[in-house]
Amino acid sequence: MLQEESDLSLIIAQIVQKLKGSNLYAQLERQAWASLQRPEIKLESLKEDIKEFFKISGWEKKLQNAVYSELSVFPLPSHPAAPPEHLKEPLVYMRKAQGSWEKRILKSLNSMCTELSIPLARKEDDATDSQSHSLGQPPCDAFLRLLDGRPVGEQKELLNKWNEMGTDEPDLSLFRPVYAPKDFLEVLINLRNPNYENGDSLSFRTHLGLIQVPLKVKDIPELKEFFVELGLTTGQLGIDDSTQVPPELFENEHVRIGQKVLTEQDSAAAQQYVRQGSPTALRAELWALILNISSHPEDILYYEQLKTNVIQHDLLVDSLIYKDVKLTASNDDYYFVFEDYLYQVLLCFSRDTSVLSHFAYNSASPPKSYIRGKLGLEEYAVFYPPNGVIPFHGFSMYVAPLCFLYHEPSKLYQIFREMYVRFFFRLHSISSHPSGIVSLCLLFETLLQTYLPQLFYHLREIGAQPLRISFKWMVRAFSGYLATDQLLLLWDRILGYNSLEILAVLAAAVFAFRAVNLMEVTSLAAAEAVLADLSTLKVMPLLQIFLFATVT
Amino acid sequence: MSVQTIRNVFSVETGYRLSDDQIVNHFPNHYELTRKDLMVKNIKRYRKELEKEGSPLAEKDESGKYLYLDFVPVTYMLPADYNLFVEEFRKSPSSTWIMKPCGKAQGKGIFLINKLSQIKKWSRDSKTSSFMTQSTKEAYVISLYINNPLLIGGRKFDLRLYVLVSTYRPLRCYMYKLGFCRFCTVKYTPSTSELDNMFVHLTNVAIQKHGEDYNHIHGGKWTVNNLRLYLESTRGKEVTSKLFDEIHWIIVQSLKAVAPVMNNDKHCFECYGYDIIIDDKLKPWLIEVNASPSLTSSTANDRILKYNLINDTLNIAVPNGEIPDCKWNKSPPKEVLGNYEILYDEELAQGDGADRELRSRPGQSLGPKGSRLRDAGRTVLTTWK
Repeated sequence: MLQEESDLSLIIAQIVQKLKGSNLYAQLERQAWASLQRPEIKLESLKEDIKEFFKISGWEKKLQNAVYSELSVFPLPSHPAAPPEHLKEPLVYMRKAQGSWEKRILKSLNSMCTELSIPLARKEDDATDSQSHSLGQPPCDAFLRLLDGRPVGEQKELLNKWNEMGTDEPDLSLFRPVYAPKDFLEVLINLRNPNYENGDSLSFRTHLGLIQVPLKVKDIPELKEFFVELGLTTGQLGIDDSTQVPPELFENEHVRIGQKVLTEQDSAAAQQYVRQGSPTALRAELWALILNISSHPEDILYYEQLKTNVIQHDLLVDSLIYKDVKLTASNDDYYFVFEDYLYQVLLCFSRDTSVLSHFAYNSASPPKSYIRGKLGLEEYAVFYPPNGVIPFHGFSMYVAPLCFLYHEPSKLYQIFREMYVRFFFRLHSISSHPSGIVSLCLLFETLLQTYLPQLFYHLREIGAQPLRISFKWMVRAFSGYLATDQLLLLWDRILGYNSLEILAVLAAAVFAFRAVNLMEVTSLAAAEAVLADLSTLKVMPLLQIFLFATVT
Repeated sequence: MSVQTIRNVFSVETGYRLSDDQIVNHFPNHYELTRKDLMVKNIKRYRKELEKEGSPLAEKDESGKYLYLDFVPVTYMLPADYNLFVEEFRKSPSSTWIMKPCGKAQGKGIFLINKLSQIKKWSRDSKTSSFMTQSTKEAYVISLYINNPLLIGGRKFDLRLYVLVSTYRPLRCYMYKLGFCRFCTVKYTPSTSELDNMFVHLTNVAIQKHGEDYNHIHGGKWTVNNLRLYLESTRGKEVTSKLFDEIHWIIVQSLKAVAPVMNNDKHCFECYGYDIIIDDKLKPWLIEVNASPSLTSSTANDRILKYNLINDTLNIAVPNGEIPDCKWNKSPPKEVLGNYEILYDEELAQGDGADRELRSRPGQSLGPKGSRLRDAGRTVLTTWK
């Protein structure tokens, strides 16, 4: 009990510390000072009166939302003597694996640069020839300001073209994505815990799948408990708003409650609410409420600053982003319209140093490099790209579905950034977190092996390990594979439960749904063909059937 | 059957009579709806008729604009209405107008003007030849250009909706649920320097597919459901539903307008391609109706859509796949509708006493629970608002 209390006070202290630096703190302070003018505030009961005032004026709610938002990402309390690496990732072998994966990525990036003789960042003088950086000198935010950046003429051009960058991109034929999800899968397959020895004999407990690390994953009874609001007796959007069901039964009431949640502006209530799905008209505001995004002038200004940064400096990752968008979103039936928004968001994202703060709880670390000649000197260490995130093939698909909800660039940007630092980063870094991609893969395989053993065994025999097919779905959070309205219903639940485990459950449910066809295939290619087109699937019925309606 | 053949079949000279078991896919005088000039003429006439009868549908607002029937942009026939047009042009000299040849399709021959001099040349030529009979091929219509279209991703788009009419009297029409939006490949700009750039202004696939950025995988097409999702998410459910209701309204009104003049041959049915543009105030405008909407496909999804379209159309027009008898009452059972939904059925509407209009939300199948019955006529006006 005492330990819990001291844990709690530690958490409180840390959150207070974090919020002290935020804009909300300054605003609250200002409000408190201004409230002294009010007649109901009396000197004798100053503290209570101000608290009362905050409650009535809605400021307490804002503070509540901010605290709730911090708690959502707050890492689990650990031993006070634990070093910061433990916060990122407690298991040593995972840290090592992540480290070596990062080295590989960087090597790939560097070799691409050398091949194409393109600097990681371009700094060009107006007058003289380009003195391009070579690989030892990636820039960072502060460093960039020292450079002259792009020539002025080009800057003007880019500013004019800001809204239509899709039409005139540079020559990208020589660029290739730094890595694709399947490369990452190979790394995960080879992940082993050196302390774990399960003997050579095969028993019925042996895990037949590709992932061979012993992490704890939930089984169906635990998932049923976790996802209790998805049960058969609870109304869901995605099922109970279909044509055959009269709206009076569920939909109207649900919409009414949604509007109430929005007027109350309560993050926690919103998060609980979207577990049953969010009505399309309210979704944009609900997600903003859950992620605690509000459009203050400071945020818009920050976005504009990033935009200026993009126009003034050129980074190699820009070309990678262009290439990725052209390869993925531009060819997608749903998202091709938003191509230009994707550039605007992603180019700014890669220059946003505030993203670096999420590396405190991300097992990954931003690539660091040193200015030439100053290797090892911390003062000359810079992060590249400035936000520490190297995009891979399909990265732009994280942003694309959000374009259906937000058409104002700075809001779209903020929502994406928050979604990334809360959820998406876990899908491409090696960690033991229950929402990390390793756990998701293991959860998927365990579910399949336990509840569809015949299918699993059959697929394994024909050389079509199920994870090889479902991995790409999970890494992209199903973006680009499902129809957009279904995808948004799925992401409602990700936000609602603050966990990505639903991706693994859905992947297993898809296999269960197509099991009959899959049992008849005889090769990996045929299995891929059966599962190639998910655009007609309805997400919620699949999940419900798999979790609640299958006899186990 | 192509339009050309229809002309021959029904022309007085050939004396061809369709027998009872022959059904054709065009009405003899479909051009009353599908030629740009005749469509406008019929709608104008319809509006005046309603006004004369004092029908509440023809109500006007303070500035003289029709409240419920203003869905076609201001249009004049050239050369006939040239002087009227000049008067209108001079009232708002900074406006842009679009010139369209009456009898052509696929965006051929269309251009934009913003100065009288650009067509003076044309009109001068016609004036000198005023003694010669004007062949219908040279007739143009000039309409006020909608220079504030709703933009998504900065691009202009229009809606292509398929409407099947099995009879005009009583009017029975069906709307295909799977319409699509056609996007331009180039960002929209109303600037006068780009008035000649057809890639910015014309959404016809026939034109866009020659653009540099045309993509063969998606073909610049979005489904109407995508549009609905996007609008509901960014603008809210009420305005989106209102928009779609208005679109249905203008389709039905346009059909009602030509119903009296249409030769309601019982051997005929027709599937029209309606082109609609939405402006940035979420008001839909009827641009034109096509008698022979393109049934070729530009992408894989397109092919599936058009295949189903033809399949469903034939299921409704020719029941049970048997040899048809044109005397049947043209009331297909609900199951064969496929992706069509009843847009307006005059018989059903009148049979219930008051005029009723059966509409259901696009994307949902018609069922007794799914449809919303409203009273058309006097009381519908409040709900349309």
